[in-house]
Amino acid sequence: TCVHSFFQGCFVFKPSSKKRKTRSLGETCVNPKSKNITWIYVLLEVLQEELNKKILDSLLDFAKKCSTTRQHCDWASKMRANEIPTAALVLGVNVPDHDMTFQSLFDLLKHSVTPHVVSVQAKECGVLKHLLKRVLEGLMDVAVDDDDEEEMEQNPRSVHCSLSTLSDWYTAKTKVTATPGKKRNVQDEDEHHHHHQTPPVVIIFKDLEGFNPRVLQDFISICSRYIDRLPLMFIFGIATSPSTVQHMLPHSVSSLLCIELFQSLSCTQHLATVIDKLILTAQFPFKLNGKVMQVLISIFLYHDFSVRNFIKGLQLALLEHFHSQPLSILCCKKKEALLNVTLLSGRDLETVRQLPSFIRFVEKQEAGEQVKLMTDDDHLKEACQKLIKDLRKYHKSYYPVLRCLHTLTSLLPRYPLGKQIRELHLICLEKNVWENEDYQSAMKLLKMLAKDELITSLRKCSEILSSAKSKKMKKAFTELDELLAKFKHLDGKLEKINDIPSLTLCYKKIERLSPCRCHLPPPESQTLYEVCYYSSSATVRRHLNATPRTSIQTALSSPCFYLQNESLKNEDGTVSNSAPDICIAYKLHLECGRLINLYDWLEAYATVVSAAEGQDPDCDTFGKVDDVKHARFIRSVSELEFLGFIKSTRQKTDHVARLTWGGC
Amino acid sequence: LAFLFASTLCLWLIYPSIFIYGHRASGKSHVLHILMKELELPHAAVSCVECVSAALLYERVLTSFFGRSAASFLPRSPSLSEFVRLYRHQRSQSPAEQTRYIVMEKAELLRDADANLLPALLRLQELVDDNITVILLSEIVWEKFRPNTGCFEPLLLHFPDYSKGSLQQILSTDSHPSYSAELYSSYINILLGVFYSVCRDLRELRHLAALNFNKFCEPLTEGKVKETETHKLWRNIEPHLKKAMQTVYIREVSSLQWEQMQQTEDEGGALRGLSAHTHVELPYYSKFLLIAAYLASYNPARTDKRFFVKHHGKIRKTNFLKKNEKTSNHLLGPKPFALDRLLAIFYSVVDSRVAPTASIFSQISSLVTLQLLTQISHTDQLDAPKYKCSISLDFISAVSRTVNFDIVKYLYDFL
Repeated sequence: TCVHSFFQGCFVFKPSSKKRKTRSLGETCVNPKSKNITWIYVLLEVLQEELNKKILDSLLDFAKKCSTTRQHCDWASKMRANEIPTAALVLGVNVPDHDMTFQSLFDLLKHSVTPHVVSVQAKECGVLKHLLKRVLEGLMDVAVDDDDEEEMEQNPRSVHCSLSTLSDWYTAKTKVTATPGKKRNVQDEDEHHHHHQTPPVVIIFKDLEGFNPRVLQDFISICSRYIDRLPLMFIFGIATSPSTVQHMLPHSVSSLLCIELFQSLSCTQHLATVIDKLILTAQFPFKLNGKVMQVLISIFLYHDFSVRNFIKGLQLALLEHFHSQPLSILCCKKKEALLNVTLLSGRDLETVRQLPSFIRFVEKQEAGEQVKLMTDDDHLKEACQKLIKDLRKYHKSYYPVLRCLHTLTSLLPRYPLGKQIRELHLICLEKNVWENEDYQSAMKLLKMLAKDELITSLRKCSEILSSAKSKKMKKAFTELDELLAKFKHLDGKLEKINDIPSLTLCYKKIERLSPCRCHLPPPESQTLYEVCYYSSSATVRRHLNATPRTSIQTALSSPCFYLQNESLKNEDGTVSNSAPDICIAYKLHLECGRLINLYDWLEAYATVVSAAEGQDPDCDTFGKVDDVKHARFIRSVSELEFLGFIKSTRQKTDHVARLTWGGC
Repeated sequence: LAFLFASTLCLWLIYPSIFIYGHRASGKSHVLHILMKELELPHAAVSCVECVSAALLYERVLTSFFGRSAASFLPRSPSLSEFVRLYRHQRSQSPAEQTRYIVMEKAELLRDADANLLPALLRLQELVDDNITVILLSEIVWEKFRPNTGCFEPLLLHFPDYSKGSLQQILSTDSHPSYSAELYSSYINILLGVFYSVCRDLRELRHLAALNFNKFCEPLTEGKVKETETHKLWRNIEPHLKKAMQTVYIREVSSLQWEQMQQTEDEGGALRGLSAHTHVELPYYSKFLLIAAYLASYNPARTDKRFFVKHHGKIRKTNFLKKNEKTSNHLLGPKPFALDRLLAIFYSVVDSRVAPTASIFSQISSLVTLQLLTQISHTDQLDAPKYKCSISLDFISAVSRTVNFDIVKYLYDFL
């Protein structure tokens, strides 16, 4: 039944043959969908690792270095030994995104540097005692062997919250691990001497800003007392700026630390990489149209700076696409897509015929061909295969050309076509880019560009084109190469004969480039683009950008929207008498002014409810307030108060104040 | 030097409690530590920072006097009287041959502990009826300790700061093994010449000495200068030390980075200190929320109309003001404001129409987590939360510049 209701949306027009269809589609549909989804997940994981790799590697190096320098017994390091090595890791303002980074850092450290890693969060450590407790628990639980743990449980007094317990434990632990039987990591074997004697104890402070400065100061000064026995190391996760460390810690405490700064990629760079890898590639068949892209990017830029949310949005769009578009079975790798075309059923072909892009395509054909396409299923399948191939070709040339155009325009002053490639992509998705005014001005500016810059950017373009695979692109690549050769050839002469020949050459070059433009029409112009492009920006917006107040108001004013109960619907859109109590109370309160007399409200409520109960309006008890009605009324009023629509006021005792404007 | 104190101290050590004060790194705990060790006195050294609860303190003391088993008799959260009872019990089992000592570092923290703890410790000798002395070490003078209710006056002892000469003497003791002691001492002399005016903390000085010594020895290892040519060495090291004063000393740059810098040498200011990174990237609406919060915090609420209503008319500043508002709001610091006001200002400040979505609200709370805003009311209070803006004018003007918003025009103080 789940699948059943789930496919209802796809077949609103033909409910009669729903059941049969659902099954056949369900089988074919799940396959590419699941494949695509697993594919995107794998890609994302790889991407995430790649992005964090650099900073994590440097952090690991830092940790390793710290643990090894402790072993050196030279004079300088002995003099410095009472400093706690600390890494300040700046991760950007989106705190929820950090979790993933910290998790992988945690795992990496554990795997390759030391078994003793613990990470603490500010909200768990309001006071020093809790912080100590968390650290001890984290370290000793993880590393302590089973029998030790039992001992601890039996004798809870021995785990007193103090670092001396920890340092005792650590000494015992390192003694044990030093014996050859208990090696922890295979990786460490070659460095047995260094690591096994004193692997560092790493404490990760996930959100430094959240910590109470007092707690942190005390903790650090305690730790510094044990640094000779306990090779501690801190990692501070910083969301804002490194100067926070100085704001939080006085000199007497910060002098106990040896802080090294690690700056991660800014989130916009992060996003750029994600877009580059996931969206600006022909590899991945699923696409977003301009509006959806716009929604996702604006959520990122305006609201949260969260790459994770961006990816979630992408995933949502992907799922929605496969749910709502029956032709999404064609949205997969080339071979599968071509195969799937042959498997299309009559119903699916009918959907194809109704696609706006297909209708446009048909209208361009000759009359005979038109009829054939509209009636002959096999012919349509063949045509579809061809169209799918065309779409793929379009993508294959679109992205390299887009990149070329970006390299050319990104050096222009004031960035007429956007600084980031995603902006250019959005422009191209919207409409024909060459009709854009900014494009014209960009081309004008390009003609005025200094020769050296032009050549370097053209070189970059040729690099991009060289990696492209389609035939057209190869052709363009050779043309561009010829052009570059000409430039070189002319180089000698140019110095003598001023700029005139170079200018003409530039014009020529621009003319050469213009064929590239024909690769950049918006996807809407392509036939069957609906297969790959997800276009329902409203859905994405509704799902990702929740509006709690609007939904509450919708729920209260038209309960049928959420309850999906036909009996609640009124012709004129007003709330029926049989709506839930709170809706009735809400509706009545809308009719009042700023102050509401509770008794009047109650009377009105009782009248409405009586009508709903089907009482005779002429009856004596009609509209009378009985205990049950009274209780129901009080409940709905307090619910409204909880939702923030009204509040009690001191001005008049039997009145409440409205907190919202408007109404009837 | 240390033993000078030690011999005099010894005479007083039978007193019930001794209070020793002196600045940071003036050798208080070092002297006591040496003393206890040399004379093999039974003692318990406790740092008050570590003792998050009194229980921990009691446990430490009992453990170091009577061993672990004694401490295990302590109940879960022992009171002072239980500690005393247990101590008496233990004492009768193993009577003291010598005076026992409890050395408490950072004793100023005892003031924040239970009210009865400090007076009780001061006369612990009477309470437990044992030959015991409590020694309190602190950086603060005794006058600041004295509880209202009065207490036993401990014996006061002051550790004066080290003089330049004694600093030199002490620092010279940890000389580098591969160089002569004279060279190191002359190096310390130079170092003190530069740093003595700003820093007399022995620990810091020792740290700085260690960091810069390699640099000092550079000409020696290269063979350019002989050990005796101190003047040349001084010329070489002095600018370097001055630079160290601006960076390492205030921990702009960590000591590790400083060492790396010395090795690479051609850094040319490439290494930026911690405070150089003050820029914070924020989402677009967060910036406006922050601006709105700043305005709400530093403008009087009554002036909102003047700034954000279109046809406000001219209001003369002088008539308009109440007396206490005439002082600059920036001098008074941020004022709390309600969420409603923040949002009202936000909607009039931001140029486009913004739907009141959940993400706007979540941005407010994430600004609170970033400590850019502080929530005044308790977090449990859902109704009408109040906030304060905790950022500086510099910060907010940098933020508003990125969104082309002229914040100064909207600030009442700069009208």
